[in-house]
Amino acid sequence: MQRYTINIIFLAAAVSLVAAAAAGLFDNYILTVLMFMGINIIFASSLNLVNGHMGEFSCGHAGFMCVGAYVGSLLSVVFFTSNKFFGDPLFPPEAAPFLFPLVLILASLAAALFGLIVALPSFHTRDDYLAIITIAANYIIISIVENIDAIGGPRGFSGMKRTMNVMGDVIHLPWMLIWVLIGCFVCITVLYRLVTSTYGKGIPAVCQNEVAAEIMGVNTNKVKIMAFMVSSGLAGMAGVLYAHVYGYVNAQAFNILKSTEGLVMVYLGGMGSISGVILAAVAFTLLVEALRFVIPAANDLLHIWGILPASSELSQIWKWVIIPLILILLMQLRPEGLLGNKELTHVFPRLRRWVSFK
Amino acid sequence: MRCGMPAVFPAPAPRRAPADHEKGSLMESFIQQCVNALQWGSFYALIALGYTLVYGVLRLINFAHGDIFMVGAYIAFFLSTGMLAEGGMFGFSRELTLALTVPLTMLLTSCCGVTLERIAYRPLRRKGAHRLYVVITALMCGLILENGNLALLGASRRALPELLDKRIYSLGGIAVTNLKLLVIFTAVLVFVFLHGIVTRTRIGMAMRAVSYNRFALPLMGIPLDSVIVFTFVLGSGIAGLGGVLFAMSYPVLEPYMGAMTGWKAFIAAVVGGIGDVRGAFLGGFLLAFVEIMVAAFLPSTFRDLFAFSILLLILWKRPTGIFGMPLTTKI
Repeated sequence: MQRYTINIIFLAAAVSLVAAAAAGLFDNYILTVLMFMGINIIFASSLNLVNGHMGEFSCGHAGFMCVGAYVGSLLSVVFFTSNKFFGDPLFPPEAAPFLFPLVLILASLAAALFGLIVALPSFHTRDDYLAIITIAANYIIISIVENIDAIGGPRGFSGMKRTMNVMGDVIHLPWMLIWVLIGCFVCITVLYRLVTSTYGKGIPAVCQNEVAAEIMGVNTNKVKIMAFMVSSGLAGMAGVLYAHVYGYVNAQAFNILKSTEGLVMVYLGGMGSISGVILAAVAFTLLVEALRFVIPAANDLLHIWGILPASSELSQIWKWVIIPLILILLMQLRPEGLLGNKELTHVFPRLRRWVSFK
Repeated sequence: MRCGMPAVFPAPAPRRAPADHEKGSLMESFIQQCVNALQWGSFYALIALGYTLVYGVLRLINFAHGDIFMVGAYIAFFLSTGMLAEGGMFGFSRELTLALTVPLTMLLTSCCGVTLERIAYRPLRRKGAHRLYVVITALMCGLILENGNLALLGASRRALPELLDKRIYSLGGIAVTNLKLLVIFTAVLVFVFLHGIVTRTRIGMAMRAVSYNRFALPLMGIPLDSVIVFTFVLGSGIAGLGGVLFAMSYPVLEPYMGAMTGWKAFIAAVVGGIGDVRGAFLGGFLLAFVEIMVAAFLPSTFRDLFAFSILLLILWKRPTGIFGMPLTTKI
């Protein structure tokens, strides 16, 4: 019974969320925040596989999200909608809700292939130099996308809203929320199964001592390729979902700032802790959204108290001062993050009565 | 908005010779582009030298360094507008303003760098935190510097007043401004100076000792913190100098100007072999040469693509850069 607790809780939560959304209990804003929470969970926990479990410093993770977003958007536009470039939809519109997973899978595979850009140099290179390679990969991907004029180049790419409308026409459900929830579930299951499997134990082995791992018979190159490809594939899935939630993608949305967001979530949660990173992704999304309201409120308050002169105003840019500041303080006070590299059940042993990770 | 926008990061436009040279041969335009690349590379080299100094001593990628360069440019802007005759407080002449701005900017920028070291990096180093945490702190400090600047000073772009009369020397169809010569000359001078410090002086020997073994250093009676502070003073001061020169050459100041230039300079340092002064200098010019040539003979949107792809190839084939020494791993 304990084995299935998490699955049951997740299923119940997902069903109730979808039901509430379908009944119209949430307004669009809350729904969007919920979906971004899910996307952030996928993005952060996939980065956690490389940065946390494998101990490499990858700081260009948003590049793979970009690949996923563009490939997924392109496929979904070709598959389900008619436009002047690609002509009629490839599949009948009734098939859209059933074939959308295909889009997710294909886009993830494409992103995983791009993960090879980082995975192959990682055989010889590590630490700082690998960090540079990941940054370079991020810029290369953005640059490639911006130089292909057929998919909009620097203007971005849109048209995914119609796919959503097609799906909504077949059965009226909050489809995007459903896909985000399924994506989260798949991502966490894949990561959890991978890290706890015998084969996947090679990943923390590479983190702790690569040479020793090699001597003990771990094929480190294979482990690295696998970890980078799984991680970038999952990031690609987050990208598809992101593109469809927004209905518009632009390559510059996936620049180094987005990658930094991922790093913030991973180090906030604790490297190598799946549950910690999930908590951190949720907390980070909420924090970003909360600052949207807190900053104007603080602005009003400071004006009333007369601390701030009437001419100046606190703008939303302060958000990007406050978030790095939080992370700096975290690094000074609790560098291992919220949970360290432990899972929630290790931090709160009583949970084990209800949940078992096996 | 943040990265790679052409207006933010202007490629030096090829300054064409007068009209009768307009039909200049390919060779002439190539040499002209080489001169441009030398100027552009000087900025990269000036920033890359700071990266490489700090890395060489602390094994820390100081990701905030590009933003320190930005801070330097802003300090130069405020100093020079404050001191100039038109609208300034002191009403100095342009020559005097330039002569005062450069050392004052270097001083204030190095104060900024040292402050960063004191409040962000040193506590972590004292605690013996993992290197990664320091790198993340540096990344976040950079974000705070650029976004704090944006929040405090607003997004309006500023232009440095002209401090130098522009003269154009023409040598056989190749136009060179005095500013370009000044920039290139300064970069070479700084390199020679730094190389001298690192290889010839006692403090340079101490710096090399820190990078060799940081834990044995105090046992030899060398004050670790002073050496590190000196490194930051040196690196940030050079970045400030680069900021002044950049602001004089491309008078568009905006908070994110240091981010992209910083990343590129970092790449230059890595390509040269980070931790080595010669490598940073050479890498800066190499990267600028590639970028300018791509921008001159191909669509300029390919510039980043080529620059980063070359970096990837170099690191793949020679993981420690041109001058870098491979470290052996002990089991």
